[in-house]
Amino acid sequence: MANISLIAGKGVLPNIHPAAAITVLFLLFYPAFASDFFVFQIGAYSLVLGTIALSLVMLAGYGGMVSLSQLTVAGLAGYLMAILGHNSVGVMGLGWPWWLTALTAIFAASVFSALIGAISVRTEGIYTIMITLAIAVAFFYFVRQNYVIFNGFTGYAGVVPPTLFGIYWRDPTPFYYLSLAVAAFFFFMVVYGARSTFGLSLQAIRDNPRRMRAIGYDVTLHRIFAYFLSGLIAGTAGVLMVWFNGRISPGSVGVDVVIDILVIAVVGGMRHPIGPFVGALAFVLLENFAIDLIDRERFNTVIGTAFLLVVLFSPDGLLGLWARIRERLRLRKHPQSDGSGVH
Amino acid sequence: MRRFIERHTFWAIMILIVAGIFLWMIFAVWPDWLISAIGRKKTFVNTFLNGLTLAGLYFLVASGFTLVFGLMRNVNLAHGSMYLLGAYIGYEAAEASGNWFVGLGAAFIAIAFAGILLQVLVFRRMEGDDLRQTLVTIGVSIVAADLMLAIWSGTTYQFAPPEWLFGAAELPIISTIRSSGKEVFLKYPIYRLAVLAVAIAVGIALWLFLNRTRIGMMIRAGVNDRDMLAATGVNVQVVFAMVFAIGAGLAGFAGVIGGTALSIAPGEDIRYLLASLVVVIVGGMGSVPGAAIGALLIGLAEQFGLAYFPTYGVVLTFLIMVVVLAVRPQGIMGSS
Repeated sequence: MANISLIAGKGVLPNIHPAAAITVLFLLFYPAFASDFFVFQIGAYSLVLGTIALSLVMLAGYGGMVSLSQLTVAGLAGYLMAILGHNSVGVMGLGWPWWLTALTAIFAASVFSALIGAISVRTEGIYTIMITLAIAVAFFYFVRQNYVIFNGFTGYAGVVPPTLFGIYWRDPTPFYYLSLAVAAFFFFMVVYGARSTFGLSLQAIRDNPRRMRAIGYDVTLHRIFAYFLSGLIAGTAGVLMVWFNGRISPGSVGVDVVIDILVIAVVGGMRHPIGPFVGALAFVLLENFAIDLIDRERFNTVIGTAFLLVVLFSPDGLLGLWARIRERLRLRKHPQSDGSGVH
Repeated sequence: MRRFIERHTFWAIMILIVAGIFLWMIFAVWPDWLISAIGRKKTFVNTFLNGLTLAGLYFLVASGFTLVFGLMRNVNLAHGSMYLLGAYIGYEAAEASGNWFVGLGAAFIAIAFAGILLQVLVFRRMEGDDLRQTLVTIGVSIVAADLMLAIWSGTTYQFAPPEWLFGAAELPIISTIRSSGKEVFLKYPIYRLAVLAVAIAVGIALWLFLNRTRIGMMIRAGVNDRDMLAATGVNVQVVFAMVFAIGAGLAGFAGVIGGTALSIAPGEDIRYLLASLVVVIVGGMGSVPGAAIGALLIGLAEQFGLAYFPTYGVVLTFLIMVVVLAVRPQGIMGSS
């Protein structure tokens, strides 16, 4: 392929696809022209959901472990924010400073994720889904029936981000940039991490665990560490989630929400870390605007049907669909290039 | 049984001791120190019986789940929805005909049919692709839950079982001895005892079907080696569809039984899905005796958790799962 660059010679940023550059610019200047509703409810919310789904894509795409408990990990971080920090319910709320609360919550969520990993990595494939789903459902029932720590059915409200540098971080624009920063950070960490030694060995373990074990890799440890890393992502997103909603209750970690994260990841596509963000955007748009087309009550039917269609007809999600359309367009443009280089 | 005792003597002794303690606690008249330690005997025995009946219900739901997995390696995460759909259909049929047993039969047949549809339309098309099959069943369960909510709304329904299943039976278990020396016997709802009896009957019937009939032989052969079974000239797809029908039908059947013992409401699908998942993870995937053992453990754990440490009840269930996975990742009766 010929390298087309605007300036000849050594480029500081080599080979950046124009679409990627436009996306970055669009994301950076999005709040300048969008209304508060679009910045907060659509933009920031997609980024937060996308980050949670990113933690699942990291595990599933690179590690081959489809864990349904990523939202549970995020939910634990959210609950810890309410328990250790401030809330308006009057239960728990130990009043730790916000940075200590956030760090503890994220770290505890990662450890929790590593524990889930330790429980489930000894089994493979389908069993992982079953065990992590069982953990997610058990967590939901646990927080619902536990009033001492998790305040049972009501949960917590009034969990707000701090006012820092004179900015109230729950205002639409600051919160949007906060979630954008977190999402971008983890996105590039996953992209970079996939090429690191650890990322490569994780992918090798996904493809052939027996062979990796035979050459002397500790397969279990790699997997558990992957769970720990995904817990970092999910936990951070969980802190953002509770700041976004301002409240957390058993409903926030219920099975339907757990499944929503899976839907987002699958609909977006698990091949590339951009997938979950595409999926999250599609999900949030559908959630906000599908009600104009049909009854608000039947949202789950719409999202379930969309999910079914994607799983049945495009197993690699919207990304895969896009790749196939592009492939077909390219073939139409250069019909002679089809396989001509192979012979 | 004998081989188990010879190979795991320690565990056999432990199980015998625990069973002995339980039996003593049920039939003996409790001394005062025991009552002051863990409360009245009535609570304990009632919890135990509730646990047993719940275990029976869980077994009915989970046996279908495990049967399907054992033969086809399909994880049907829409199993909980089949339970709930069975309950609703059974309710409608029972209301329309005025006969509870018609509801029971209608639920079994309707859900068995739904199971065949699922097998033919979904699973057969993507054989060997476990993850996709599982994702599809998740999609089906999302849509099914929402449509059921649309049709039957969020109201709680209650079955009316036949008259003779109403009321309570006096059990030959002494609860306390009054100061006058009169013995007070324990009472327990007849319907719940019937649930237990049905579960045991279904368990025995399944065992006989799998071990003593020609079709059962084919199914067992399919569990061991699907390709060889096909090579001997058996139409594997028909066997698959039949097992799926039985497994799904049992879920629908359990829906009516469970809906009568408790009630029918949205959200029950998730509850029974969780129960089936944990039961088969603990008992071992694909094993019907494993489902029975798992159901017993989980049912008892849930009821005792609820009665003795209410806010941490779920943790007990969860701990059992973690311990089993740590010691035996393939489940108690699972084959690795």
